[in-house]
Amino acid sequence: MSLEKQDVLKIAHLARLSLDDNDAEQYQHSLTSVLDLVEQMQSVDTDGVEPLSHPLEAKQRLRDDVVTEENRREAFLANAPQTEAGLFLVPKVID
Amino acid sequence: MNWEVVIGLEIHAQLSTQSKLFSGAATSFGAEPNTNTTLVDLGMPGALPVFNKEALRMAVMFGQAVNAEIGMTSVFARKNYFYPDLPKGYQTSQMDHPIVGKGHLDITLDDGTVKRVGITRAHLEEDAGKSLHEDFQGMTGIDLNRSSTPLLEIVSEPDMRSAKEAVAYVKMIHSIVTYLGICDGNMAEGSMRCDINISLRPKGQEEFGTRTEIKNVNSFRFIERAIYTEIERQADILEDGGKITQETRLYDPDKDETRSMRSKEDANDYRYFPCPDLLPVELTQEYVDEIAANLPELPVQKAERFMSEYKLSEYDAGVLSATRAMADYFEEVAKVAGNAKLAANWVMGELSKYLNTEGKEITESAVTAEQLGGLLVRIEDNTINGKTAKNVLQSMWEGEGSADEIIEAKGLKQVTDTGAIESMIQGVLDANAAQVEQFRASDEDKQKKMIGFFMGQVMKASQGKANPGMVTPILNKLLKG
Repeated sequence: MSLEKQDVLKIAHLARLSLDDNDAEQYQHSLTSVLDLVEQMQSVDTDGVEPLSHPLEAKQRLRDDVVTEENRREAFLANAPQTEAGLFLVPKVID
Repeated sequence: MNWEVVIGLEIHAQLSTQSKLFSGAATSFGAEPNTNTTLVDLGMPGALPVFNKEALRMAVMFGQAVNAEIGMTSVFARKNYFYPDLPKGYQTSQMDHPIVGKGHLDITLDDGTVKRVGITRAHLEEDAGKSLHEDFQGMTGIDLNRSSTPLLEIVSEPDMRSAKEAVAYVKMIHSIVTYLGICDGNMAEGSMRCDINISLRPKGQEEFGTRTEIKNVNSFRFIERAIYTEIERQADILEDGGKITQETRLYDPDKDETRSMRSKEDANDYRYFPCPDLLPVELTQEYVDEIAANLPELPVQKAERFMSEYKLSEYDAGVLSATRAMADYFEEVAKVAGNAKLAANWVMGELSKYLNTEGKEITESAVTAEQLGGLLVRIEDNTINGKTAKNVLQSMWEGEGSADEIIEAKGLKQVTDTGAIESMIQGVLDANAAQVEQFRASDEDKQKKMIGFFMGQVMKASQGKANPGMVTPILNKLLKG
């Protein structure tokens, strides 16, 4: 299976990555080779095999429902390029 | 054309945990922006989620309450999309292996018929933050307090065929989650939000029409109105020979219309995959059985108990068990008053009138259950009659104090002294000598009709304070002469 350049640009857009033409072509090749590998793996007979959701043979540990964290807003906001009234500011988004 | 509407609902219920689904930050509503956040909620690289035990327990409780299969192994998955109020770039949700599988519940419609609605699944997921579009230097403000708040997304089968059925279903879900105590049910604060999938098909057609999804409707009334509006919009398009576009729409209550948000074709491609940061959640049968054994009384069971224990009618039991708050209020009134039937009548009658007039919920009642119970005690022990009690309730509603204080202050105590009642009745008969003459000359049937006149005059003379039960025999005796 080979990816079109169009597909690469769409994937990049979904992840909000900006690619120039050179990058796009390069990723088109490298991603296609990954998909080729996957295609090769598809030939393995997996009938009756439960899909694996996690490679570790362990189960999830649980946390008690207790508030353990205190307010560290000032420290968190200090990482942001722009803030106001306790909010992170980002370029205007209208849905 | 005769259209049939097909409705399926996705309800997001915010679980009432103290801390978040994957972090130890508080979930309290209305906190200062970004004060309930941690490195996990902010999506900082390397910060790992740890799953909240209580959220799991609540989800299993819900599953039990709707007779659902419980996912003994459930898996978290990443739903990838880009939006600034979701700093990780994905929402942690569940896809192939939800915690709650197929189940069902029964709703009762206005005409008394019971309809079964299928539940497709319910899964745990985290909420996103909030974007504030007021003008902050021409930018958007982001508050991540809500980020990672636990949600249970409850997905129904497309089983509903009218706006009324949809509302009855949402009310039943609301009732169940509040009875279980797993969600506060506060729709105005967004603790319960509803996405409505809706399509039309010609009556009798098997296959579904193209649907639209109305996002984030947050009141029972808006759900009903949004559905009516959308049915009309779709019917207009179809009758003009047009086609429905599959898309997400928003309901605007001010204009009472739905409008397009984004169409599904260019919608996000979520690229779900199992979350590598979270291991599969495995339950034991013992754990599930213990939750099942300790489920609190649910609305249907409570209604049945109200009928058997208090001898209420099916209708009364249904109304009084509709919400946990209403049921608790009623039971408290009944306990204080010592008469459940009287309590039911007053809660559903007089008290509800005040609540409805002011658009208040039972939890906002100006008269507490103890206070109303105290008033009914005074009817029971003949201190006041029902008519006076209504006036006392009005004063109670206006904050003038307890029933006893008001009865005392206004001198409303019934006259129960036989001598006093007798002389008062004699006074009334003397003042209406002509009518008494006429009464004595009439046959028994006629007399029965005339007695009401004298009764009215006596109550008027006593300013409503005479005990009707005592007046009747004395009045009869004196009238006969």
